[in-house]
Amino acid sequence: MLGRNPIGPLEYTRRLWLRLWLLAVFVFLYAPIVILVVFSFNDSRRNIVWQGFTTDYYVRAAQNASLIEAFGNSLIIAFVSTILSTVIGALLALALWRFRFPGRAGLDGASALPIVIPEICMGVALLVFFNRIGWPTGMPWPLNLAPIIIGHVAFSFPFVAVVVRARMAGFDRSLEEASKDLGASEWQTFWNVTVPFMKPGLIAGSLLAMTLSLDDFVITFFTSGPGTLTFPVQVYSMVRFGATPEVNAASTVLIVVTILLTIIAVRWQRPDKQAAELG
Amino acid sequence: MESWRAQPAVFWAFVLPGALWLLLFFFVPLGLIWVLAFGERVGPVEVEITWTLANYLAVFDPVYVGLFWRSLWVATVATLVALIMGLPVALAVSFAPARVKPILLLLVILPFWTNILIRTYAMIAVLRSRGFVNFGLEYLWLLGKAFLMPFGLDEIVMGERFEPLTLLYNNTAVIFGIVYVYLPFMVLPLYATLDRLDRSLLEASLDLGAGQIRTFFSIIVPLAKPGIVSGIILVFIPALGTFLISDLLGGTDSLLIGNVIERQFKAANHWPLGSAMSFVLLYITFAILALRAWLISREEARARP
Repeated sequence: MLGRNPIGPLEYTRRLWLRLWLLAVFVFLYAPIVILVVFSFNDSRRNIVWQGFTTDYYVRAAQNASLIEAFGNSLIIAFVSTILSTVIGALLALALWRFRFPGRAGLDGASALPIVIPEICMGVALLVFFNRIGWPTGMPWPLNLAPIIIGHVAFSFPFVAVVVRARMAGFDRSLEEASKDLGASEWQTFWNVTVPFMKPGLIAGSLLAMTLSLDDFVITFFTSGPGTLTFPVQVYSMVRFGATPEVNAASTVLIVVTILLTIIAVRWQRPDKQAAELG
Repeated sequence: MESWRAQPAVFWAFVLPGALWLLLFFFVPLGLIWVLAFGERVGPVEVEITWTLANYLAVFDPVYVGLFWRSLWVATVATLVALIMGLPVALAVSFAPARVKPILLLLVILPFWTNILIRTYAMIAVLRSRGFVNFGLEYLWLLGKAFLMPFGLDEIVMGERFEPLTLLYNNTAVIFGIVYVYLPFMVLPLYATLDRLDRSLLEASLDLGAGQIRTFFSIIVPLAKPGIVSGIILVFIPALGTFLISDLLGGTDSLLIGNVIERQFKAANHWPLGSAMSFVLLYITFAILALRAWLISREEARARP
């Protein structure tokens, strides 16, 4: 450290106090999660001090039929909600980006509202809504997941719209005109010129929608019908009965699945990028 | 941009799904609880809309006013702590060498990929009386005791037994939890503005003789104001409405407005009162957003010559 050139006035990252600060904040952010993961292997029911390594609680979580069902349901919800949010959000972004129409500013502002209002207000509003319109409860699987999916789409697609619109802001409309001049139809132009440009925005938006869905607790909590098992609600009731290694094991699995899904989603876009660079 | 009349079919295909979804599954539900807030409970689940103001008046009952105050206070403290913690982090990330920057950004974003319930649950093992913070403190206590032993001072200074701090099931735990869960919301907008900052202004300030601290407060903070405002709003609004964090980490005396709203809709089954409370919370949110819009427009007016 001492032998190197002196720290420049703007090289904040090389200052010791800032490095210590960063370290402290990252310890604060990661230590609880690391402890949670480590203690999912703890051979102790009370799970306070380390008693020895075991994978028993993973086996137990895997044998917990309702936990498995809840897990599957949450993944289905995230999957369907991501697709719907991406499509609806991207279309809305295109409408706001491309057209001038009466009420445009109003729609623009209104579509940002689900992003800013407290989640609990939206949660209770959806609870009342599904109750008052007489949405049938006790529907067979997977229809019983519909209210949760509807809620997730309602708070996710505005985020997608924001991301896609930011991407479209850099689009040169003369490309579309060139495409049409060269004889492509409206549809061909949209599909071969506009959509490929939009793609990074679509991927970023869908990743965000998936994260929002997997991260959500409040909306799921208020829109789950009495017989519908979802992962957050299931874990919530387990936590209320006591913090056992089984909860840690189930949480660890969700953390790993979420990170894997994200890595796959990021990887998935890579080949396109390479192809684009080569072509 | 073109008029929607140029291609009405395309326009409707683009705009309808989003607009309808927003109307049906956002505005109609909110409208329902807005109406419900003027209702009276006439049975265990039946509510009659009598346009009474009783529910809103009930919100101004001292008990609930106290609750709103506590929520505002907890959210304010948590937001300030997040700001103080997050500002140096954002500064470090935006001034980091290009090689390290994406890694640091990823480290800030990564906790988002963990469900909020799991993150809140993870705090329990850290904060409880037999949790890791107390284990750490006990270790320090034992070290201190061993150090003082030769002087015979250990019993006098350190006491006979280690008394664990009560960190869980109180307001401190709730503030801790909020900061923990929402810190990335603070860092990201701060980073976004600091990253666009014109560095020559900082160099000019330092060249002209201002110290690092003066430069920080007179140049960096004013220029980062839009990011600071966004960060504050992104942390404050969810903190104000939280019910999960206070439910799991708070004690009986640290109920927040979110917990009481949840109770009205689940256990207590008093939907009209819960609806009125939700709308008071919404009005507070709108007031904050309006304040922000006003601040921005004032800033813009000042920027124009």
